[in-house]
Amino acid sequence: MEVIFEKSKAGRRAGRVPAYDLPAAEIPADLARARPPRLPEIPESELVRHFTALADRTFGIDTGFYPLGSCTMKHNPRVNERAAAIPGFRDLHPLQEEDGAQGALEMMWELQQILIEVAGLPAVTLQPAAGSQGELTGLMLMRAAFAERGEHGRTVIVTPDTAHGTNPASVTMAGFELAKVATTDRGDLDLEDLRAKVDDRTAGLMLTNPSTLGLFDEGIEEIARIFHDRGALLYYDGANLNAVVGRSRPGDMGFDIVHYNLHKTFSQPHGGGGPGAGPVAVTRALEPFLPAPTLVRDGDVFRLDHDRPKSIGRVRGFAGPFAVFVRAYAFMRAYGPALREMSDTAVLNANYLLARLRDVYELPYDRLCMHEFVLSARTLKREHGVTALDVAKRLMDYGIHPPTIYFPLVVPEALMIEPTETEPKERLDAFVEAMRAIAAEAASEPDVLKDAPHRRPVRRLDEVKAAKEPVVRFAFEEQEAPDRIETG
Amino acid sequence: MSGYLPLTDADREAMLEAIGVGSVDDLFEQIPEGVRFDRALDVPAALPEAALVRRLEELAARNADTSRELSFLGMGIYDHYVPAVVDTFLSRGEFLTAYTPYQPEMSQGVLQAIFEYQTAICELTGMDVSNASGYDGTTVAADACFMARHHTGRSKVVLAEALHPQVRQVVKTYAPGFGMEVVEVPHDGGTTDPARLAAASADAAIAIFQQPNVFGCLEPAPDLAAAAAEGGALPVAHVDLASLGVLEAPGRYGCAMAIGEGQSIGNYQSFGGPHYGFLAARGEFIRRMPGRIVGETTDLEGERGFVLTLQTREQHIRREKATSNMTTNQTLLALAGLITLCWLGPEGLRELGETCAALAAYAKERVPLALAFDRPTFKEVAFRTPVPAREVVARVREHGVHPGYPLGRDYPGLDDVLLVALTEKRTPADVDRLADVIQEVTR
Repeated sequence: MEVIFEKSKAGRRAGRVPAYDLPAAEIPADLARARPPRLPEIPESELVRHFTALADRTFGIDTGFYPLGSCTMKHNPRVNERAAAIPGFRDLHPLQEEDGAQGALEMMWELQQILIEVAGLPAVTLQPAAGSQGELTGLMLMRAAFAERGEHGRTVIVTPDTAHGTNPASVTMAGFELAKVATTDRGDLDLEDLRAKVDDRTAGLMLTNPSTLGLFDEGIEEIARIFHDRGALLYYDGANLNAVVGRSRPGDMGFDIVHYNLHKTFSQPHGGGGPGAGPVAVTRALEPFLPAPTLVRDGDVFRLDHDRPKSIGRVRGFAGPFAVFVRAYAFMRAYGPALREMSDTAVLNANYLLARLRDVYELPYDRLCMHEFVLSARTLKREHGVTALDVAKRLMDYGIHPPTIYFPLVVPEALMIEPTETEPKERLDAFVEAMRAIAAEAASEPDVLKDAPHRRPVRRLDEVKAAKEPVVRFAFEEQEAPDRIETG
Repeated sequence: MSGYLPLTDADREAMLEAIGVGSVDDLFEQIPEGVRFDRALDVPAALPEAALVRRLEELAARNADTSRELSFLGMGIYDHYVPAVVDTFLSRGEFLTAYTPYQPEMSQGVLQAIFEYQTAICELTGMDVSNASGYDGTTVAADACFMARHHTGRSKVVLAEALHPQVRQVVKTYAPGFGMEVVEVPHDGGTTDPARLAAASADAAIAIFQQPNVFGCLEPAPDLAAAAAEGGALPVAHVDLASLGVLEAPGRYGCAMAIGEGQSIGNYQSFGGPHYGFLAARGEFIRRMPGRIVGETTDLEGERGFVLTLQTREQHIRREKATSNMTTNQTLLALAGLITLCWLGPEGLRELGETCAALAAYAKERVPLALAFDRPTFKEVAFRTPVPAREVVARVREHGVHPGYPLGRDYPGLDDVLLVALTEKRTPADVDRLADVIQEVTR
């Protein structure tokens, strides 16, 4: 399909900008644009058709089942979109005086109260823009807390080998060193390995619980003791919070810092990659270090407190991704205390799929799972030369988005499956049938899998070529942009 | 049972039986008893949709949004017009509810849109490569510092004081983790002195300035870029996309990177977010870029297609050696930016800049206040107020007009400076009204 720049024809346009009867402003010649950018010149009708065609070539949770492990692809209720578009939210300037933003601040305050109850920790910042920025914020909080105690030697962060890649990457960006801990045959953190790696240089642990294997770590109480006994802190990566809302709280597990992914657990739509929001909750002891400004309630009045001398500082502009807060707030208020049933259903759906697929795909950890689980296509690979990638590509032909593959790294040929609470039983059954059919195809006609997909707008794409000779922008014909047209 | 949950009692029974457990509670027995939560969540009661909307409208009604107050607030977030086609496509479920396009055959539409966005950003900024977006205009500055740290091996960051205060604050928050220190170059009469920037840039990794700067003044940008480069620092311009139809592209005056807040093109104000940060650079920096990048390739049959590329930069592959920890970005907001740029086209983008600049020039004439700085401007003008600017704001707001931002909130020496922003949504009559109210309250 043509890119929009190939549909351009000089002299056409879609939008018109108001022009007032005013003298033109002078822009100094050395600062003025010499040549216009080569944006497409296209009528609105063709613009609409172009983006409609692009939408048609995109698969969302609205299109069908999307069991992408670790990503919590749940339904995004449409009332949330209506809420975010109310002019009093949508057209509110972030530097509006606080007396003109009380409704926005009160909503944020209520959202914070719900998040506090869910995590079991007393203080929260809404500022971080995404989960990984929440991680970085959490690590900065650790650094600030230890600096205040004069414990500058705490430079090491421990993560399990099952951790999301964001954890080690955040460790580097925050200026810490990384220590990796192994996973046991049951899928829990290896306590012996852990004890050997926690000492006076340890700043803390970053842990996802349930883990990326979809398993609740049975040793969590002991893990917390090991770190706290050494004066170190525990960070909870909230990527998998959808498993435990109303069932177990990170604060009660012993975590000092928690981030939430409002775009996973609380239904902010993923938008093809974002936006998200990664609020962070902490213990009382860490509260003084939270990013400034913080939200304060004085009686019935809400305000932003910028006077936070111990704060790590600002991690993002303004008060955070506000429209994400509106959607998450609407989602939580629609559920109320039944948020627990959300997690119950997510866990039930995952265990049902696990029960119905375990005889055809290898199950590396033979336990009940939480909201997701990991299968291996290792046997298919050994017996038929068919990989997890092939299974994923073939699922597309069944109208199902593939699961996460090749992660976590400790499972070879991993297929990480997260159905979420959104899916009715008939969708789950259709997925089971597709997965079983594919396993049969792997034996009978493996080439159908290796060449898959067959029914998408494109066939399998060459990712190696894309990386080898990167073409990351449209190549205009080798001519300079035309000189600016003077229209008088 | 919430309306968002799909299972019937019969479904649940059948599923529990397939699993081989008696109840949902049994599934949670894997959680050690000591950390189970065994009471109901203490959160407000569930609201049916109509009641929920009423509650939200009640909250929204207590906000003075720009449909209710004639607003001249800017300072980084602007009330530009968002075309209707943006609403159309941001509510298309395929764009709205897709994840990051890890599986390209399922996601050709969003991948192509990001490729087109990258192209448009490169055209506007005069750069060779753009990522698929950063969080906002502050965090992309921190990203640029991380890139410069590894490219130059140097640790000093130079920031013009006339760079937005929140951008500077975020860079300062990130810098210790990068092993970097920050120095700031004060402004001289509203703009940055190239000689002072050159002096600070000796031994620096990066020097960031803003064009137009936070006071609305046009910096001598080519001279600043040259000054930074003289000291061996990477020159980086923080720019407003809405200005780039009339102002020169940073790539044309020697910058290594161009960064900024994309909100002014295609995003609503939304009390500060979510919006999109853009980060574009010369080609040599491509392997140090943070975040997603889309590249063109071919499929099995030789047809053109698009994929996420150079993923070996990224956290899910490279882990602690990645160029960034970023995974979620701002794709949907960047899509809004792309659609708006296509809707405007080159002529529209130029007209947008010309209209804003003409209104700003008109405001300089009409508003009965002295100019704070004797410098050329684009769409924002800093005026000197006879009483503290905060007081002027309070008094003018009593007339249903928000006159702008009191710069003293961030710049202690500028308590008597009011920053007035003009977008194409304001009219000459609106400027007249602002002038009249200011006249009345400062008499």
